[in-house]
Amino acid sequence: MAQYSDEVMDHFTNPRNVGEIEDADGVGEVGNPVCGDMMTFYIKVDEDERLEDVKFKTFGCGAAIAVSSMVSEMAKGKTVDEALQISRDEVAEELGGLPKQKMHCSNLGADALHLAIEDYKSKKGQS
Amino acid sequence: MREVYLDNYAATPPLPEAREAMLPFLGDSYGNASSLHSRGDAAREAVEEAREKVAALIGANAEEIIFTSNGTEANNLAVKGITAGSRRKGKHVVLSAVEHFSVLHAARSLEKQGYELTLVPVDEYGVIDLDELASAIDEDTVLVSIMTANGEVGTIQPITEAARIAAEKEVPFHTDAVAAAGSVPLDVGQLGVSALSLSSDLIYGTQGAGALWLKRGVRLIPMLDGGVQEGGRRGGTENVAGIVGMGKAAELAAENMAARSAHLGGLRDAMIAGLPDKVEHLYLTGHPTQRLPWNASFAVEFIEGEGMLLFLDQQGVAVSSGSACTSRALKGSHVLSACGIPAERAQGSILFSFGLQNTRDDVDYVLEVFPPIVERLRQMSPLYAKFLKERG
Repeated sequence: MAQYSDEVMDHFTNPRNVGEIEDADGVGEVGNPVCGDMMTFYIKVDEDERLEDVKFKTFGCGAAIAVSSMVSEMAKGKTVDEALQISRDEVAEELGGLPKQKMHCSNLGADALHLAIEDYKSKKGQS
Repeated sequence: MREVYLDNYAATPPLPEAREAMLPFLGDSYGNASSLHSRGDAAREAVEEAREKVAALIGANAEEIIFTSNGTEANNLAVKGITAGSRRKGKHVVLSAVEHFSVLHAARSLEKQGYELTLVPVDEYGVIDLDELASAIDEDTVLVSIMTANGEVGTIQPITEAARIAAEKEVPFHTDAVAAAGSVPLDVGQLGVSALSLSSDLIYGTQGAGALWLKRGVRLIPMLDGGVQEGGRRGGTENVAGIVGMGKAAELAAENMAARSAHLGGLRDAMIAGLPDKVEHLYLTGHPTQRLPWNASFAVEFIEGEGMLLFLDQQGVAVSSGSACTSRALKGSHVLSACGIPAERAQGSILFSFGLQNTRDDVDYVLEVFPPIVERLRQMSPLYAKFLKERG
């Protein structure tokens, strides 16, 4: 489909890191199916505060799936604080751009990742 | 790779006979149908012959056909032109809740000018409520517009009954027959309507030609002012080639109606019967039997339409969807919503619209490649994961 870049189509067709983490250290969920896109991110954090694993499940359009996949790749191996710096614009850029009308509704992957990290931090603070 | 075009509701492939008939008018026969010389005469005769053929498809008189540039223009002309023609009588318009945007948005624009609009609700199958229609019409009503059939979900409306209700109250009744024409027999006399819209690109003509049939005696104010083309009801030089193609397409549709309906209906029924065996949590949208022969539309739960569409495209299969993500306006289908389908489920909308060129092999191919696509998207879906957990 002409509206998407090759990178988007690649990540949509072969999404990386799809799945759930049973004993995740943090979980973040954004969006809802009524508006069209919903993403859940799962993270596993090692003792050096690095994201040793990131997985996601996404309901939504091609862009939403590609965004999730790209965010998971960008985040893996980063420290939680580094991962908090990943922005929506950066994700779109890495994907070779997103159609204008998809920038807001589908580009939620970074938000879901950040929520997962906040979830991890709040759990850690409590323990 | 195999190519299977199942988006015939977006555009049907032009029939070779229609294209052949058009070719002279894209070449040497370039005359303007309004000119008085011989070249003009040739164009004029071709347009009038096409008018006869389009009229014959719907049991109408040729002089009551107004050629337009597409179905949208025909619908706009009906809604805006008829209401403008009876402005002094009243300012109330009644539509069904599942009209095409070219009717709905035309009426919305009237609303901005002070008209009142009533949308007649539909049931879960997309069928209009005739009692609601009857009570919606009041003394101020100047137009009722109910589509013959809805292309998105396939539901055929009880037009004869609806038109009778409007006729009893002496209100003009327009029907958008764009989705129905060519595969459902239509006779304007039997239907009892006062105006009817058609489009060439859904009856195997080409894009860029449509028509409004307007019963003699119904007052209409033109929207395109210009010369006296189309009996003074639509100014502008005619698209002669497009009109000739539409005429040929209409002629062939009338000749082959029964065989076409049977062919298309067979494909539709094979899809509707076959898919639920291979895909769980699948819902047929629209009416199970009062249905266009070419329409097999579903809602696939837990996933979204664009993903299905893109993966099918990679397998050579062209379809459409009414999901919010697939609409350029990013809004879910108002038709699915009017049928009471929850927004979440409507996101999984998918429409297989069959055409004359399709075969049973095409259905079998989709039945083979589509279920793994659904499975793949469900494996990614947090909604499906939740469903599985809750089911235990």
